[in-house]
This record gives sequence, structure tokens and C-alpha cells, in this order.
Amino acid sequence: MSETTPTVDSDFSLRRGIQKVVDFMEPAIVGLIYLCGWSAIIFVMAIFFFVFKESLPAITGIEEIGGGVDAEVEKLDLVEFTTSPKWIPESAKKPTFGILALMLGTLSVTVLSMVIAVPLGLGAAVYVSEFAKGKSREILKVLIELLAAIPSVVWGFIGLVVMNPMIVDVTGEPVGLNILNAGIVLALMSVPIIVSVSEDALRAVPDSFREAGIALGANRWEMVYKVLFPAAKNGLLAAVLLGIGRGIGETMAVLMCTGHSVNMPTSIFDPVRTLTATIAAELGEAVRGDMHYHTLFLIGVVLFVFAFVINLTADLIVKGIKVQENE
Amino acid sequence: MSSELNNPFASTEQEHRGKKVELLVKSCTLAMTWLLIIPVLAIIIFLVYKAWPALSIEFLLDNPEKKMTAGGIWGPLIGTFFLVLVSLIIAAPTGILAGVYLNEFARDNWVTRFINLAVVNLAGVPSIVHGLFGLGAFVYFLGMDRCLLAASCTVAVMTLPVIITSTKEALASVPMSFRVACWNMGATKWQTIRTIVLPNSISGILTGVILQVARAAGETAPILFTGAMISSRIADSGWDAMVPYGLEDRFMALSYHLYIISTQWQNVPESFKFGTAAVMIGLVIAVNSLSIGFRIYLRARKKW
Repeated sequence: MSETTPTVDSDFSLRRGIQKVVDFMEPAIVGLIYLCGWSAIIFVMAIFFFVFKESLPAITGIEEIGGGVDAEVEKLDLVEFTTSPKWIPESAKKPTFGILALMLGTLSVTVLSMVIAVPLGLGAAVYVSEFAKGKSREILKVLIELLAAIPSVVWGFIGLVVMNPMIVDVTGEPVGLNILNAGIVLALMSVPIIVSVSEDALRAVPDSFREAGIALGANRWEMVYKVLFPAAKNGLLAAVLLGIGRGIGETMAVLMCTGHSVNMPTSIFDPVRTLTATIAAELGEAVRGDMHYHTLFLIGVVLFVFAFVINLTADLIVKGIKVQENE
Repeated sequence: MSSELNNPFASTEQEHRGKKVELLVKSCTLAMTWLLIIPVLAIIIFLVYKAWPALSIEFLLDNPEKKMTAGGIWGPLIGTFFLVLVSLIIAAPTGILAGVYLNEFARDNWVTRFINLAVVNLAGVPSIVHGLFGLGAFVYFLGMDRCLLAASCTVAVMTLPVIITSTKEALASVPMSFRVACWNMGATKWQTIRTIVLPNSISGILTGVILQVARAAGETAPILFTGAMISSRIADSGWDAMVPYGLEDRFMALSYHLYIISTQWQNVPESFKFGTAAVMIGLVIAVNSLSIGFRIYLRARKKW
């Protein structure tokens, strides 16, 4: 006993010593906490700054070659950039940088995925939040969460090797890599976020609303349809917006499933190319300082702005709910 | 009319119909839920079935050989491990401290609202734009060149919001009375956080960190231009096989490997592609199950 006591004591004093040092450093640590707290803002601004910086020479026509020396480079025709459907960046004669077809590619894939994902996601959210009970509810939530965990490159692989032959078999199209394929894959990818956000929105409706609905003689469906949906409509809208954001930003899966050919889409069996996939596929080949390189970064700026607007809107809508609740 | 008089508790026509509608809606929404889950489960089973011929310990532990037509996936596997490890070392402390700031220090003012908005937006920025940012900021501006460190930094920035959000939630679930009691004992703010708040929320924080791991392991777009490479010669055995990449080296990664062998390279045996996909899904599901298990354990153990 007498042998062990000193070790306990010294251990204790050692801990005291460490504690003293840690407490002495409190101002430094608090400073660090403030810095980390601000890190999110710093990073968002840094992302915009660096992506914009690399795209700038295409807009201003001035490229810094180092040592404070600037050089004139070719300017990007911004009208052509936004309105031309031709994306021919490596043409020897006259490279053309028009992202209209790419934007429509992104749009078509995203819209199709939302057409599939929103009804299914809302249905699943209603079931999980209103009908499922206890264990089965937990299991369903876990399974949907696991859907969200599958990496996008694996989804792309699934589209390539599973969906592709299946679409060829069912529709008789020569190749199954098209809007339909990417839309289905993207729908399955964005469903988890739609389910979880809209389930939260439904859960946030007070039980007194449900009780009042039932007491007035509504059945469960009428209660969901006429009471819960209007009460949770902002949250549901935010869920859809976040799903759209996911669809616009998704890269690897659409790169592998859309067929990757620049094309103005006319039917869901057309192959298209999206904004994200173009960057992923071409940046490796583009020479730094080249027009092509700057333009790809400019597409990055466009994507950043899209994502920013969508997230901001979704956030304002959700905040709107909170304000209402407080009142 | 007479039947109603006979039994006043018999269900009316309307109630009867309501019950039918309710049953219909319940089964419809249930069917929708399973419509989302069953195809994915079927696909996973299909992947594993197709991958079965390749799946073995050797497949995991051997390096890719002969232009990916032989050997295994050890190089990419260990590359992904190091990518996740380094990004975790960067993102975990930053994210946890940011969560501490948001829950313990931040006042309810416009700055805080701005930070929360930034966190949401950071999570919403497309992964390929994170890749562009990594290329512009880490590879070129900071002069890291394409390497493991640059890729890890990019992935760290990308996964930061996951850690911030879950840390914030974990800290918010610690009752205020715990803190008040500690302050009344004369403890400073930092002492309270260190001795009371963090120990009581460690499991919740770990859940977020584990989710970050799963996310970082699966990402492809951010590492495309910041350091991943198709194949590099690494040692087959010994210490060099365990730690094949330094921070300055380019590296192989599982996600990039799958992308390349399924789109760019010919003659790769089908079972290898399916094997790589199955290993990725297996890894991610294992890591996520760990996080879910943590959460269930946490809920069962909660003291307040």
C-alpha cells in the first residue's frame, strides 16, 4: 500500500501540472477556437477566390506571367460562352466555348432525377414519419442512411455495368448511357437527403396539429395531405432544393452514366454532358494558362454560384420556419 | 337509418371509406420506401456475386500488376487509408473547435448566422469545385504540387461541415445545468468545456468524425487533379508496402482506381472491377455501421 501511494500521488501531481499548463494557455486556446469557428467563412471565401482567380484571365484578357509582368491573352467571348451550344475546346482552327448544351445537360438530368426522387422521397418520408413504428422505423431510417453512404464513383459504376445493359434490353436503344440512366442513378443518390430533410420537417409539426385533424374526423391520409403538408411545406421545399443542389453538383456518377457527348437533349434517351463532368474529364488535359483551362475554372465559378444560390434559398426557407415557430 | 339506430357505434360509410384510404396510403408509401431500398440492396448483392471470383485475401493484399489485369488492390487501398488519415488529422481538430465555437462562444447575432450559412454552403459546394479549389490553392498557390498532402487538404476542407455540424449537435445535447454548475465552482469557460462539455459529448463527436471518414474514403472528384494517380510502383512487402507514400508523393486511391479501370482501361477482368466496387461498398458500410452502432449505444447510455 505504501509503495503504491507515491505513484498515485506523482501521477496526480503530473495531471495537475498538465492542467496548469493547459489552463495557462487558455487565451491561446480560446483564440484558436475563434479562428476555427471562422474557418467555414474563410474556406467558402477562399474557394470562391481561388476558383475565380484561375478563371480571371479568360474574362479580363490579362494573364500574370510572374515577376509582376502581365501578358495579353485572348479574351473569352462571354456572349458565346452563355448562349452557344458548341463546346469544341481543342479545335485547332477555332476553339469554341459555349456551355449552353452543358447547362441543358445538367438541367435535364437533374429535372428527371427530381421527377423520380421527389414523389418517392416524400412517400418514404411520410411512411417513416407517420406510419412506421418502433423497430421498423429505425431499420428503414438506417437503410436509407446507408443509401447516402454509397460513394458516387460506385453509383457511376452501377450505372455503367448494371443500368446500361438493362436500359438497352428494355428500350432497345443501342447504348444505355443517357439522360434516363443518369437520372435514375442521381434520383437514388439524392433520395436520402430528400427523405431525411422532409422527415425532419414533418416531425417538426406539433402533435396538436395531428390530433386536431383526427378529432375533426379526418382519416390519416386526409390528416397528412391537408394538415401536415401545408404545415411542413417550407421544410419540404427545402428538401427538394437540397436534392436539386445535390443533382447539379454531382460529378463522378453523371460523368460515367450520361454517355458524355455534347448534345442538346431532345429526349430522355439522348446522351448528354454536364457542367461538372466536363471539368472532371477535361481539366487533366488542359494546359495551365490556356484558354481552355481558364474556361473550365469559369464553369467552376458558375457551379459555385448555382450551389450558393440554392443553398442560400433552402436555408432562408428553413430559417423562415424557425422564426414562425418562435412567434 | 334504422341500422344506425340499432348500433350507434357501427362505423359510418365515411369512416369505412376513410379506413380503406388509410390502408391504401399506408401500403403505397411503404411500397415507395421499399422501392428505394430493394433495388439498391439487389444491386449490392449482384456486385458481390460478380466480384466473388476475385475476392480473396490476396486481392486485398497484392499490388496491381500487368496493367491492372493481375494482382490486387493493395496500393489503392493503402492510398485511400493515408488520404483519410491525413485529412482526418487536419479536419477533426478544426471541425471540433469550430463546433465548440458555434455552440459555446458564438452569440446569437449576424456573425453567427453568417458562419452557419457558410457551413451549409461549404457542404453544398459541388465536389468538383472543391477539386478546382484544391488545384488553385494548394497545388499552385501554396506550391505543394500534386501530392498526398494537397489531396488530403482538399478532402479535409470538403468534409469539414460534417464534423462541425455533428459536433455542434453533440455539444448542444449537453444540458445547460452541467455548465452552470461548473461555472459556479469557479471554473473558467475553457475549463468547463474541457472537463465537462467535451467528455459528455465525445460519443456524438466521434459519430461525426466516423461519418467524415466514410465520406473522405469515397470521394473521387476532389482528388482527380490534386494528387491521385493511376499507378505507381510501390513495394510488395515490408515497411515500404505498409507506408508506400510520403506527404510529397502522388498516390493511388480506391475511388480513382475504380473510375479508371471501369472507364479508361481495357482488358481489366470484370471480377476486378466488381471486386473493387464491392470492397469500397463494404468499407463504407462497415464504417457507417460503426457510426450507427455508436449512436444507438449513446442513446442507451444517456444519463440525462
